[in-house]
Amino acid sequence: MYSGTIIEFEKGWKLLETGVSKITRILEEETTSETPVDPEQYLGIYTTIYNMCNQKHPYDYSQRLYHKYHDVVERYAKKTVLPSIQQKHDEYFLKELSRRWDHYKVFVKWLSNFFTYLERFFISQRNYPSLLEVAMKSFRDFVYLEVQANAKDVVIALIDKEREGGEIDRALLKNISDIFVQIGIGTIERYETDLEMFLLQHTASYYGRKASRWIQEDSCPEYMIKSEESLRKEKERVTHYLHSTTEPKLVEIVQKELLVSVAKQLHSGCIELLRDDDKMDDLSRMYRLFSPIPKGLEPVADVFRLHVTREGNALVKQAQDAATNGSVGEEQGLVGKIIDLHDKYMVYVTDCFQNHTLFHKALKEAFEIFCNKKVAERSSAELLANFCDNLLKKSGKSDEAIEATIDNVVKLLDYISDKDLFAEFYRKKLARRLLFDRKVNKEHEISILTKIKRLQGGQYTSKMEGMMTDMEVGKEFQKGFEGSLPAKPGGIDMAVTVLNSRFWPSYKTSSDINLPRDMLECVDAFTSYYGEKTRMRKLRWIYSLGTCHVIGRFDQKPIELVLSTYQAVVLCLFNNAERITYQEMIEQVNLSHEDLVRVLTSLSCAKYKILKKEPVSKTISTTDVFEFNSEFTNGMRRIRVSLPLVDDRKKVVEDVGFDRRHAVDASIVRIMKSRKVLPHQQLVSQCVEQLSRTFKPDIKLIKQRIEDLITREYLERDAENPQIFKYVA
Amino acid sequence: MNSIIAVFHQYSKTSSNLIDPQGIVLLCSDLDVSRTDITILMLAWKMKAEKQGYFTQEEWTRGLMALRADTLDKLRKALPELEKEVRTPSNFADFYAYTFRYSLTEKEQESIDIETICQLLDIVVGSTFRPQVDYFVEYLKIQNDYKVINMDQWMGFYRFCNEISFPDMSEYNPGPAWPLLLNNFVEWIRDKQA
Repeated sequence: MYSGTIIEFEKGWKLLETGVSKITRILEEETTSETPVDPEQYLGIYTTIYNMCNQKHPYDYSQRLYHKYHDVVERYAKKTVLPSIQQKHDEYFLKELSRRWDHYKVFVKWLSNFFTYLERFFISQRNYPSLLEVAMKSFRDFVYLEVQANAKDVVIALIDKEREGGEIDRALLKNISDIFVQIGIGTIERYETDLEMFLLQHTASYYGRKASRWIQEDSCPEYMIKSEESLRKEKERVTHYLHSTTEPKLVEIVQKELLVSVAKQLHSGCIELLRDDDKMDDLSRMYRLFSPIPKGLEPVADVFRLHVTREGNALVKQAQDAATNGSVGEEQGLVGKIIDLHDKYMVYVTDCFQNHTLFHKALKEAFEIFCNKKVAERSSAELLANFCDNLLKKSGKSDEAIEATIDNVVKLLDYISDKDLFAEFYRKKLARRLLFDRKVNKEHEISILTKIKRLQGGQYTSKMEGMMTDMEVGKEFQKGFEGSLPAKPGGIDMAVTVLNSRFWPSYKTSSDINLPRDMLECVDAFTSYYGEKTRMRKLRWIYSLGTCHVIGRFDQKPIELVLSTYQAVVLCLFNNAERITYQEMIEQVNLSHEDLVRVLTSLSCAKYKILKKEPVSKTISTTDVFEFNSEFTNGMRRIRVSLPLVDDRKKVVEDVGFDRRHAVDASIVRIMKSRKVLPHQQLVSQCVEQLSRTFKPDIKLIKQRIEDLITREYLERDAENPQIFKYVA
Repeated sequence: MNSIIAVFHQYSKTSSNLIDPQGIVLLCSDLDVSRTDITILMLAWKMKAEKQGYFTQEEWTRGLMALRADTLDKLRKALPELEKEVRTPSNFADFYAYTFRYSLTEKEQESIDIETICQLLDIVVGSTFRPQVDYFVEYLKIQNDYKVINMDQWMGFYRFCNEISFPDMSEYNPGPAWPLLLNNFVEWIRDKQA
């Protein structure tokens, strides 16, 4: 060990050989208690190599030692490792390969321990392949290449066995798989080409066969359960004994064979599942299975959309049929049913389809189709407005229930294309509620407007909100009015509500009606008070909306009659006369014929006969004579004599049509002003888009308005191309 | 005695009456010994020389008398015996410690920089514990915790070589017995072996 003594190669090598043989022997015997090399021997061998490398020329043996290392490793692989593996078959073949691989690694490790010095100073200097690399290459060239094909076959056979339910040695497979990976020496190519590729091919045909069988034997839910289970098992397989990069490739193959290839059948199975209310689990499974597949969910969303559309259409048809058959009010129930349908399928979207946008979209599109169908001449906008009216008049439902229904209504409104029509109907009904109903549920009224505003914008609800404000302001004003009077004008209590004509629906003025004198006093008093308190405002009296409480002094007992002002005015005529003919009445009161007929019907031919009519009949004729019915009595002390309302539905539709024409005009002008020149097609489509928030304009209407605007010289056609329009400044 | 001094004067500088580094170079050449050889350190130890690179007349005399050498030739022949003597287990521990102290060149200096330590390790114990020294030197060069080594760590390494089997190091127990430097060293090797 004294530095100075030259170690000759053969001598030095002999020492090494003893170490090598010892390791080999111990590995063969697999006696784990003995460490292959004891410290003293190790020290000796290490130092020997060190010295042999540092000796002066011609005794520096670094190169020769490197070659010797190479030889030792190669010899071990060829003579010890390979033969023992080749003697075995099947699973024993794999086991031996695995065992030999482990041994080989230990062998190389110890050998490298000896040669560390060589690695650090000689190999790195010359940039030669490292000790480990040399060892790996030897194993690869002399063992792996000979056995890999066989190994691959056995591995695949074992995997198939596990697929069919057999138990296999997973740790063994993991070790073998690792060999394929590590033998790539830095790349995963060997694993991919020698094992993975074949496994994938094999898996494809395996699941191809399964798919054909299962699709014939099993129902759609069962098939899906099996598919999901197969996918899970394959993923598990990868985590247990394959390289992680195999997972996406394997999953893709299984998906392709089990799902993509039979997608059509599964999708038609989906239709059945939707028809049954109890199949949420299966639908969720279908979503889970198709969601990772590119473009996998689109067909499912389509099926869903078609189904919901069919259900919705069925409800609408039901209502339409009922209407034609004469049953009244069926269409009222329709809105409630549509709301229920929406709730039901929204649950599907959130639970089964995980709130995916495709399915939200499908639901929306479906609803947009059938929510815009007419039932018995009434558009859905009108039906929805009626529904709201009923909802807000109702008491007895809890606050939460009403709020929940309001939420549903607002959602439905979004699907309706004639939103402007809805606004009009709603406004009319709101006016009635505010003016005639004793109990106005202010919270709910405000709540529904706020919610609509959130979705549709402030402009949409501005008029309705104005109406609500008017009522509040009116109350304050009324207090001021009462406070200002020394005594009741005409001896009557009068309350006036001032409506801002911008917000409220338009009503016919009825200031032509002849009021009795005491009422006139009230009207004058208020008019002058109003004139003092405001500037530049004009009051228009609309008595048709008023309510009057009149005491009828009947023979038996006085009864308070709650009437409309028109009815009160007619009745008050009888304060001064016993019998009045129709002709006299119409002259004195100055109502229109239609109005007077309505009033008299309600007073003499309806539930309460306040007036006696000669001759007695169901209808009013211009020759009738009327007399106060002093014998009238009723158990109650106060009764309301209702005056049936005029059906102004046609008017509403007309008004909206009128507004729409204006809106289209404005939109066309706006577009042309900014674009100056535009072809017909684009003008139409932009116009539709601009207005889509409020209503769906008819193409014919747009064309009509364009031509009208040309006549009014806002636009002109291009001289060369009549398809193009130009803005006329 | 006079001849010892006579030999002394062959290498010493008259002005200082010391053998200085240049003198030592000549001495080594005449003794047929490399300057970086452990032999010169052993000689210094025998002389109980205090300052590295210098021999005083007193130290020189002490050493050569102990070696019973009064001529250069006798000195040369005494060297193998000297080595044997140093390498006895009891002496070697003392010698090993001495080499550390001998390398402290400045007054008040208590530790030695890594570079010097690596050279020292190679000279002093390189031939006896080649693998440990190789690994330790590599470790010292790449670690960042210590820039200098103190006596405790120096001695700790010697103990490590003697008590712990290499490369399995199964008896090594990272406790208060070992300096932190060696704990890190062992951990580093274990990581490498994995």
